[in-house]
Amino acid sequence: MPAKNFVFLPIVAAVVLVQLFTAASGSAYYLTQLTMAAYYSLLIVGLCVLMGYAGQISLGHAGFFAIGGYLSAALTVRDLLPWAESPVVRFLDALGCLAHGQDLYGAQLLTVAPWAAAAAAVIAAALVALVLGVPVLKLKGHYLAMATLGFGIIVYRLVLASEYFGEADGISGVPGFPLLPGLEVSGDSAGRVANYYVAWAVLLLAVLLLRHLIDSRPGRALRAIHGSPEAADAMGVDVARYKLKVFVLSAVYAALAGVLMTHYNGGIGPSEAGVMKSVRWVAIVAVGGMAHLWGALTMGVLLNFLSLRGVFGSYDDAVFALILIAIMLYAPGGIFSLVPGGRWGERLAGLVRRGKSGEAAP
Amino acid sequence: MSLLAIEHLGKRFGGLQAVDDVGFTLARGAIKAVIGPNGAGKTTLFNLIAGMLSPSSGAILFEGQPIHGLQPCQVARRGIARTFQNIKIFHGMSALENVMVGRHVRTGVGFFGAMLRTPACRREERAIRERSLELLDFMGIADCADTPAVNLDFGRQRAVELARALALEPTLLLLDEPAAGLNIYETAELGRLIGRIRDLGVTILLVEHDMSLVMDISDEIVVLSFGRKIAEDVPEVIQKHPEVVKVYLGD
Repeated sequence: MPAKNFVFLPIVAAVVLVQLFTAASGSAYYLTQLTMAAYYSLLIVGLCVLMGYAGQISLGHAGFFAIGGYLSAALTVRDLLPWAESPVVRFLDALGCLAHGQDLYGAQLLTVAPWAAAAAAVIAAALVALVLGVPVLKLKGHYLAMATLGFGIIVYRLVLASEYFGEADGISGVPGFPLLPGLEVSGDSAGRVANYYVAWAVLLLAVLLLRHLIDSRPGRALRAIHGSPEAADAMGVDVARYKLKVFVLSAVYAALAGVLMTHYNGGIGPSEAGVMKSVRWVAIVAVGGMAHLWGALTMGVLLNFLSLRGVFGSYDDAVFALILIAIMLYAPGGIFSLVPGGRWGERLAGLVRRGKSGEAAP
Repeated sequence: MSLLAIEHLGKRFGGLQAVDDVGFTLARGAIKAVIGPNGAGKTTLFNLIAGMLSPSSGAILFEGQPIHGLQPCQVARRGIARTFQNIKIFHGMSALENVMVGRHVRTGVGFFGAMLRTPACRREERAIRERSLELLDFMGIADCADTPAVNLDFGRQRAVELARALALEPTLLLLDEPAAGLNIYETAELGRLIGRIRDLGVTILLVEHDMSLVMDISDEIVVLSFGRKIAEDVPEVIQKHPEVVKVYLGD
């Protein structure tokens, strides 16, 4: 493991300690919200790379989350039996993409297998990001914010209006997502501890991949685009292409978060696609300090946990909007910039790097 | 064959002919300066070569191939690097990382390779870092490697920008007013540095206002006035050229 990744050790330790503590204190129900907070944070770290590092805002990421969640929900719930004889369904069945099951009353059900539905959902989100990204990423600043906001509204109204996506009720009864024999992503309380670890493993792995990206050739190209698009272009960075790639990447993270969350919750509703959700994600990235992956992770987990515990009550959305105003006014560098000696994560990484290059010197 | 050939180049902005039928060639290994009063079209000419603008007429040939109408990143890939009149440093990145961006076109790891940290990616990263440190050292600012580039003083930022351009391993280096904002000592130092860069085998085209620097380092000088080329010769001749004197000093 490269020295820079030792920063993960205290986090892994904290994840384990929290679980042990909840087990010892009989408060394992906290793990449910911590699991959900981890899945939301998966979206947030992806958005953090898009916004903080590549400098492209998106007010439509709840839309990608919804594409992931709704597609995997609809595909794994909606019965295909009426079309069982159609060549497409038979072909998919022959490929092993379909699941034969029974509903509560013992009637035959034919649905898409969770893994195939997840793959389809994530690929769909990536394709939508690609098609949307080509025109809108030509826009800058608030123009881009407006265009992505428009996209978010379209997704919200589509799921709300479509019978296939359950209109205002959303989709429930989504089966678990089998990972290993005896282990599936689902809200079954017997699997609560296992699901907590699964969610955190996914999140930390996702962060590790993003850290690798940021500190590499394509990651530097993205940060260069943020720093000066003209200069990045002059250094041979294909600006449009890189913007598009990071947009698709962050959409894939959001869609994956949507897929896993939907299987964990056993359903999804239109509020997940709401514009206020997108605003919330942007607020959390801003609180975390924009170009600060650890900040986004910390704030993503903390604020989502508090929100899911109902700490903000019916003022939930108002609290996030207030946070956004306060951060923009008083701490545009994120909440950690207020702490003396802040940005500790980067300082630590810097120390490790220096120590490492010291070793390498003759 | 000349490295760069500008042929009947023109650029019109609405009613303004910013560059008007300009032509010259640049030999491999030479240092050529473009001078002229403010508004003569020097920076427009530069932006045409670098691909930030496309010409209204004429052609730009680099190594015999037309490059006009290409995007800046495509021009960079051909081996043309540039610096900017108003330094364009990448904020949010250290001096070293700024230079490492310059290796972009000479390396190839993509999103997947980078995220998975493949062995090829690690090797490439190490090579990028080493080469970039060498270049900071060449510019005499290796001690600033880990400093955020925005925190450096003006002279050092310019050095970072130059190192970044050199990291591209350019065949042709375009310098847009490299001496702007430098004092006479720093300018003299810059002159020596440009000489050393040429000794690395890099051909240099620069736009510059500082006459002492231009006369000192250039092999040849092109003089523009109101978008047109009015003279092209060695520095000694340019200094006495009646039309150049007239443009700069008035009648």
